[in-house]
Amino acid sequence: MFKILKKEELSDLVILFEIEAQDIAKKAKAGNFFTLRINEQGERIPLTIADFDRDRGTITTVFQKMGKTTHLLGALNAGDSIMDVIGPLGMHSHIENFGKVICVGGGVGIAPTYPIARALREAGNTVISIIGARTKNLIFWEDRMRNVSDELIIVTDDGSLGRKAVVTVPLDERLTEDKDIELAYAIGPAIMMKFVCVTTQKHNVKTIVSLNSIMVDATGMCGACRVEVGGETKFACVDGPEFEGHKVDFDLLMSRQRMYVNEEKIAFERYKEKSGVK
Amino acid sequence: MEEKKEDKEPKKRVNMREQEPLVRARNFMEVPYGYNPEEAVAEASRCLSCLNPICRKGCPVAIDIPSFVKLIKEGRFIEAAWKIKEDNALPAVCGRVCPQEIQCESMCILGKKGEPVAIGNLERFVADYEREKGEVQIPGRPKLSGRKIAIIGSGPAGLSCAADLIKSGHQVTLFEALHKPGGVLIYGIPEFRLPKAIVEKEVDYISKLGVKVVLNAVIGKLFTIDELFSEQGYDACFIATGAGLPMFLGIPGENLNGIYSANEFLTRANLMKAYLFPEYDTPIKKGRNVAVFGGGNVAMDSARVALRLGAEKVHLIYRRSEAEMPARKAETHHAREEGVEFLMLTNPVRFIDDGKGNVCAVECQKMELGEPDTSGRRKPVPVKGSEFQIEIDVAIPAIGTRSNPLLTKTIPDLSLNKRGYIIADEETGMTSKKGVFAGGDIITGSATVILAMGAGRKAAKAINEYLKWKYWDTSRFVGQ
Repeated sequence: MFKILKKEELSDLVILFEIEAQDIAKKAKAGNFFTLRINEQGERIPLTIADFDRDRGTITTVFQKMGKTTHLLGALNAGDSIMDVIGPLGMHSHIENFGKVICVGGGVGIAPTYPIARALREAGNTVISIIGARTKNLIFWEDRMRNVSDELIIVTDDGSLGRKAVVTVPLDERLTEDKDIELAYAIGPAIMMKFVCVTTQKHNVKTIVSLNSIMVDATGMCGACRVEVGGETKFACVDGPEFEGHKVDFDLLMSRQRMYVNEEKIAFERYKEKSGVK
Repeated sequence: MEEKKEDKEPKKRVNMREQEPLVRARNFMEVPYGYNPEEAVAEASRCLSCLNPICRKGCPVAIDIPSFVKLIKEGRFIEAAWKIKEDNALPAVCGRVCPQEIQCESMCILGKKGEPVAIGNLERFVADYEREKGEVQIPGRPKLSGRKIAIIGSGPAGLSCAADLIKSGHQVTLFEALHKPGGVLIYGIPEFRLPKAIVEKEVDYISKLGVKVVLNAVIGKLFTIDELFSEQGYDACFIATGAGLPMFLGIPGENLNGIYSANEFLTRANLMKAYLFPEYDTPIKKGRNVAVFGGGNVAMDSARVALRLGAEKVHLIYRRSEAEMPARKAETHHAREEGVEFLMLTNPVRFIDDGKGNVCAVECQKMELGEPDTSGRRKPVPVKGSEFQIEIDVAIPAIGTRSNPLLTKTIPDLSLNKRGYIIADEETGMTSKKGVFAGGDIITGSATVILAMGAGRKAAKAINEYLKWKYWDTSRFVGQ
């Protein structure tokens, strides 16, 4: 059992947990993820490691309540325990001093962007960060992101915080202005990563994305997470989750993410009935 | 089943009673019911008690078959179970999934003229009897040796190695990457062939012997092998991680929704209990028309799980003929009885999209057998112009596995072969790295439960030797 030490409701849908997981915290690096199973009947879902504290032996994750599992998870509180926590999984980010880099985090994707931006900055890069979401209350960690960025741009679709725009607008502007940006990082919904890649491709800037496909064991055993990169089938769990964005087939990723929409609906309806969640 | 009736003596093999094929094809309960005590005694009484029994030579872990069969004959069932457990920590599992027909039973003298003694059924009976009577005997702990051994992977190889080493007085830790111990016994073999409650009991027995089981531990990620030695004080380690990276067909459309590797399909159904969705949270596509590709036991398991999930039609598509199928005869027989349709000499060419990202059909072509290939089996060659389509909504390639590099790539001084499997001495499991032994599918590629258990036992013996002298000579088997 893995104890939740801290819970923060970053918005009504976005939750932060600090989970006691000594061994994982010791090994976690930017770009890694973990898998959890809440209880005996639970499914295994991958979540990002948004931060880790090696001294306290904790990992931090941020997730958005979407379907049954994430709602059930979000209903847990500090002091409660999660049955299984497995990690750190996936290849960690490749960090070096590239010069100037731009990090784009969308929605809950802001969370995993943070340790990467921090590591890039620590390696000596100039870091420009863009964070965006649909609306103001889905933006979080503005302060943290500001601390690890030389410049932070905030956008919301409805203009309730920062600029009224999608992330690709300021991204396109910066790439037009700053010809010395060597690398872009983009983590967020698949559709956002897709359009970030369309934008960066125009400017010929190499882009790393982190793919959030459906996983089961997340150790390479099942192939549920397969994605196509450069025309080749890869497993996001062990070959990734980070890939060169310009080579990723995002349409396939999005299609595969929708594989269980019906089942997700059934499970969620059933959960709502039982738990009284609206 | 095909029994020979020419003998006058009442020595006909006692078959296990089974659920009716069409009934069991719709539930996940075990297919055979197992013997009752009378049936077990009757079957054991067929044994001729040969002066020079060779059945034991057919067993990869050398169970004392003549002795345990004799104990059954005398009605001493519990003692029979203990007798088996001297050599085999998992009798309830092996009694169910071992290919006895090519091992112990193939050596039985009775088999020369009729049917051999049903050694597997008897093993199963006494193991179940012991468990159900609650008389599982836990031997006292031996004197502690002060040595620590890490075993990576809690499948059949890891479990049998752990059981032997703990009896030698060592401190043994079994690391498992998944959230349940048992490896392929839990995620791979379906409930109706091997009830998970039985696996849990057998693992429980091994923990009661004193083995510490650590779940959710992905070695290579959480700790490296070197860290186990240097930081955690282990004296030796045994790698038994299985093969476990699924192979796909490599044809167009294979990443469409509805196409599962057999590993994924079975893991969802068995480990995650997706057949109980939405009681359990893991979903699985319950296809109406399912195609399984391959001819091994895993293909049979996948086809039979698909039936039980409610498929109307399950096609088993294999590119060679039935004679070349690697599956056990009993498995193909069961699958066919339950209504799986066999399409032999047929090869998939591409999957077809329904326009929404889901598979809706598979295009196949007919094959014919040509000259023998390197495996000695006649090579299937496509028949021109024989393409045809089958409507499907779920497809399951069950064409084998490759080595999973997750752990091995974190051990730079470990020699691997070209296919990524660990190079190890067959007799001892010794690898190129001092103190590291390996066995099971991560050495051999996909094989059987009992062969993995045999490898686990051999490694346990070799680890005991190694702990005495810490002597390491790999010149015999490491090529480079």
